[in-house]
Amino acid sequence: MILVLAGVSILVFSVMMILPPGQRLAAYVTSERVTPEQMNAMIAKYHLNDPAPIQYVRWLGNILTGQFGFSVTAKEPVIKAFDDYFPTTLELVLYSTPLIILVGVWLGTLGAVRKDSPADHFTRVFAIVGYSLPTFWLGLLLIMFFYGFVGIFPPGVLSNSIRNVVTSTGFHRYTHLVTIDAILNWRWDVFLDGLYHIFLPALNLVIINSAMIMRLMRSSMLESLGQDYMMTARAKGADAKTLYKRHARRNALLPVITVSGLTLAGLMGGMVITETIFNRTGIGWWMAEAATQLDVSAIMFNVLFLGVIYVVINLIVDIIYAYVDPRVRLG
Amino acid sequence: MDTPSQDRPIKAIHPRWQELSFTAKRFFKNPLSTIGLAILALFLIIAILAPVICPPKYPDPYKIPHAGWQIQPSPPSAGHIFGTTEEQYDLLYGIVWGTRSAFRIGILVVGANLIIGILLGAIAGYFGGLVDEILMRITDVFYSIPYLVMAMALVVAIGRGLTAVIIVMIILEWPAYTRILRSDILVIRNKEYIMAARASGSSHFKIILKHILPNAMYSVLILASMNIGATILTAAALSFLGLGSQTGTADWGQIVSLCRNWIVGLPGHPFAFWYTVFIPGFVITLFVLGWNLLGDAVRDVFDPKLRRK
Repeated sequence: MILVLAGVSILVFSVMMILPPGQRLAAYVTSERVTPEQMNAMIAKYHLNDPAPIQYVRWLGNILTGQFGFSVTAKEPVIKAFDDYFPTTLELVLYSTPLIILVGVWLGTLGAVRKDSPADHFTRVFAIVGYSLPTFWLGLLLIMFFYGFVGIFPPGVLSNSIRNVVTSTGFHRYTHLVTIDAILNWRWDVFLDGLYHIFLPALNLVIINSAMIMRLMRSSMLESLGQDYMMTARAKGADAKTLYKRHARRNALLPVITVSGLTLAGLMGGMVITETIFNRTGIGWWMAEAATQLDVSAIMFNVLFLGVIYVVINLIVDIIYAYVDPRVRLG
Repeated sequence: MDTPSQDRPIKAIHPRWQELSFTAKRFFKNPLSTIGLAILALFLIIAILAPVICPPKYPDPYKIPHAGWQIQPSPPSAGHIFGTTEEQYDLLYGIVWGTRSAFRIGILVVGANLIIGILLGAIAGYFGGLVDEILMRITDVFYSIPYLVMAMALVVAIGRGLTAVIIVMIILEWPAYTRILRSDILVIRNKEYIMAARASGSSHFKIILKHILPNAMYSVLILASMNIGATILTAAALSFLGLGSQTGTADWGQIVSLCRNWIVGLPGHPFAFWYTVFIPGFVITLFVLGWNLLGDAVRDVFDPKLRRK
């Protein structure tokens, strides 16, 4: 795992090295305005024309000591901007991930148990269409219909009046996650407003991302329904519910766990699009802004951060896998 | 699944042809694969006939002509069958020539990945050892970075544009192909017929080409056919974010991004600009759907686990 993380850091560094020194300077600048003379002086000062391996070691040293540079798009140091943006993203992830997995597993099971029924055909069409829909287009359609036509679920993170409540001194921000802070402060209006704004982006993510889990769950469930142990269980007189829930689904869930982990990690990519469209100021939105404005230090920090998240999630998935599958645990 | 053909007395045809006709029969038995093929055939015709349907006005045919700079999109009319986007880019023209861009992206990226993946996968799987170890650790690293995010970073580093998008996706996708081919070769490598070939003095090159690849290719081909749709979606997403082609290029993702200011419509007419939102996105979805249906069909037909049941 350390090896992979080291590899990720080398990869990120190599991408950064494609850029000329002037643009890489951003990782060291801590204010917004820099004149060309200052820039040349700083390139010399930070040795940005040195051989790559020497620069890599220095850069890694900076990263490990928490110096990530200045973000032009956020107009503040990267680490501070991350503090501001990350909770919004985390909140959307917390709401959409369980839904994605539940919807995917439920529809997949349904399709497999009632194979070739109308319900099965519906779920299959849902899956293949969900698989083919561009995230950004679905998001635009959802806004067009719900916000433009019906007039509900506005884009953004919070309504203006509620934002004033959240930023006021009486409101304690324990976690910086709006809805959770709202509960801790006993402010139901804030909580509901947060949910009101999170619904549409979460729906967008659920439709797109549950499709893959659904497909996998369906085929995995079909496979486990055809196994000998199902016949055994049936012969021993187990009723349909026990059959499906305890014998078939538990086995069918195993490959789904792996893919769910990947989906959760891949959700970060979907965040870039979803947050941009729904105007939610999270790290995905920040990434998109940074990419269009060549904000190198912000981009590199986020790639590195998401790489670490990916590695950690994969590790967690492996642990869960070992825990639920006795063949792995005892083997 | 017994097809009637299997009951007939076996005629003296070459087994390869027999396999091929069996494959074709399986392929067309599923209505979804026929639909997928029909969708793609339609797009292929549009792409080929692009100069006839929409004669280009500039030396660069991918530049969409536009009548004036008026910001507000105009609805479908005789002159503009699909209407125009903001700044009056003709939607029909963009869609028709965008078909060529989409085919180019999908085929170039997946084709290049197949070549790289087969080359490296064969080396890693067949020879093993240090090369294999190094290659697999590199793929581990590529696997541990979210795809779209890494693609964004690379495009920014290389410099925006459709070519950059294509290059970046080739750089980022080859590990998947390499890995899958390698694992299939590992299974085959120690089979008796390979040893027999080696004992009879075949060179490594010949063994890989004639004995290993024909037996290990299927997973990679399945992956490739299922990946074209995803590839086009990612390219469209990058274009939508403003990292792909320049404004006014016939590239679907880029055309969708032109509608972002017009989603909500006018007061009293919430769907006033539906065409600029709906049409380009629908075309992308249809195109990707075609590839995905085809990919599913290819998997059903070629996957040995599903092939003869």
